[in-house]
Amino acid sequence: MANTPEELSYTKDHEWVRVKGDSATIGITDHAQNQLGDVVYVELPKVGEKFESGEPFGSVESVKAVSEIYMPLGGEVTEMNAALADSPELVNEDPYGKGWMIELKIADSSEIDGLLSAAEYEDYLKEEASE
Amino acid sequence: MSKDRIKKATSHVVQNEGLLFEESRPGRVGYSIPALDVPERRDDELIERRFLRDDDLEGMPELSEVDVIRHFTRLSTWNYGVDTGMYPLGSCTMKYNPRINERVARIEGFANLHPLTPAPLAQGALEVISRLEECLAAITGLAAVTLQPAAGAQGELTGIAMIRSALTSRGNPRKKVLIPDSAHGTNPASAVICGYTVETIPSREDGTTDLEALSKVMNEDVAALMLTNPNTLGKFEENIEEICRIVHSSGGFVYMDGANMNALVGVTKPARFGIDVMHLNLHKTFSTPHGGGGPGAGPVAVTEELEPFLPFPRVVKTEEGLTLDFNRPKSIGRVRAYFGNFGVLVRALSYILTHGDAGLREATETAVLNANYIAHHLIDTYEIAYPGALMHEVVFSDKRQKKFGVTNADIAKRLIDYGFYPPTMSFPLIVQGALMVEPTETESREELDLFIEAMRSINDEAAEDPDTLKNAPHTTKVGRLDEVAAARKPVLRWRRNNLAE
Repeated sequence: MANTPEELSYTKDHEWVRVKGDSATIGITDHAQNQLGDVVYVELPKVGEKFESGEPFGSVESVKAVSEIYMPLGGEVTEMNAALADSPELVNEDPYGKGWMIELKIADSSEIDGLLSAAEYEDYLKEEASE
Repeated sequence: MSKDRIKKATSHVVQNEGLLFEESRPGRVGYSIPALDVPERRDDELIERRFLRDDDLEGMPELSEVDVIRHFTRLSTWNYGVDTGMYPLGSCTMKYNPRINERVARIEGFANLHPLTPAPLAQGALEVISRLEECLAAITGLAAVTLQPAAGAQGELTGIAMIRSALTSRGNPRKKVLIPDSAHGTNPASAVICGYTVETIPSREDGTTDLEALSKVMNEDVAALMLTNPNTLGKFEENIEEICRIVHSSGGFVYMDGANMNALVGVTKPARFGIDVMHLNLHKTFSTPHGGGGPGAGPVAVTEELEPFLPFPRVVKTEEGLTLDFNRPKSIGRVRAYFGNFGVLVRALSYILTHGDAGLREATETAVLNANYIAHHLIDTYEIAYPGALMHEVVFSDKRQKKFGVTNADIAKRLIDYGFYPPTMSFPLIVQGALMVEPTETESREELDLFIEAMRSINDEAAEDPDTLKNAPHTTKVGRLDEVAAARKPVLRWRRNNLAE
């Protein structure tokens, strides 16, 4: 069973979000990295770029496939994890820690209500698996 | 290891082979030049010194003729190709390349013709272009064809660029292109390069396009729907007429990715169900060499409405014979130098003419029959993610083998030991652990039976001895490669000093 930390929020596209005030840190979930397999390249946006919620902001390339990563919330990128350029394996090894991808300034905090809780995300994974 | 299970293959001695750079010995040559019978001149008297190399070609390998012949022949024995055995690479359509096509492409008038030869002196080559365009128009049911694009993806780009031009000439290029989630990755790339955003349409449970989802997102912002039919799950889009009607009713175009056209040729024509523009992969459906042997060709067929936008020059018939028409004001311009990959076009025309109508239809029916034969005999052993009527390929998954810790990659690698090329893996993306098998019409029933037996045997091994699978292949020159390290830390060229690293 995938690791799903209680304190984070999630999306159906398998991103996680750590909200702190008006900023949010974003990465992909343990389930997502597990499904992708060994990550070999992570493409991230530049600091200052703006995205709407649901827009793709980057991509993760594994030996199997290239997958887009989507914005759980709209906003402006304030930081990106430069370490992933040389060490993409951090996404596999520590998806909720050193494998984080971007930090953003949230444009509309009402969008936070649309995210899934850890329990809701786990239910969603079960539903997906039973299909 | 269970070697007695493996019938088709056995291990045999292959020789080690270094790089030509390592085999080089100073002064060794593969030629002898006759004695000079004119006065000797220094090279810097003939060519300005600044244009001359002064390194004595340092680093170039020095070898004899037999060294070079053995080098490449030995390397070829490590290889696997469609001339060695079945190559079930789904969606890639690795069919046999008939030798008569090679012979025709080597006719001197085709092989040695300069692309700038004036039209009156190149009538035969222009006729090849003209007749192939006519054949492909007849096969697709569409009005006109360009042969310029050098591959399927360039065909997509050409097709979407024409759609954009046509919409622009109507007054609005529109914003979006719709693409099903089972599509080839090149489809969204082509749309984005042409300035469109991409919206994904989910598949239904049977693997075909969801009409309701399509109707919901279809509006006057949508330039086109890009659809592969049959799709990458090997399913024919049964509602294709309705799909085209929905898109057309809002003024959009339907682009068909013709990668899987080998399931339709001679049986039905995409124009009949409403396709506006599509590409064909001559290196798939029409048997021209593929992979390392390429190059490819991705002709694009269009309706009469889109004909003015085709790339120029067009080969046209006049009273003086065939000539080139550059006066095409609405054309999107050239997409490829000269006339595309001409040698490939000759081979494809040869394939079409040697088969004839009945032969092309029979090839299609055999390809579909072969895929269904494999699916039928393996459905009890391997999960088929989207079962039901299949066309030219079948997508299995590793769902039942996963409980033994065995993945699609392990199954694919083990097939190598059984004497088969691995199927396409992990595509389409909507099937977890996909193994996409396309036998093509090339294979005999005997070869198909060997493949089925190998797949069943591998399933038995998954339960009894999963480690044999996880470490496969065992009998090849090189064993399991570290694909992760190769992708994370690629070594892209040889350097004299980086061997030890």
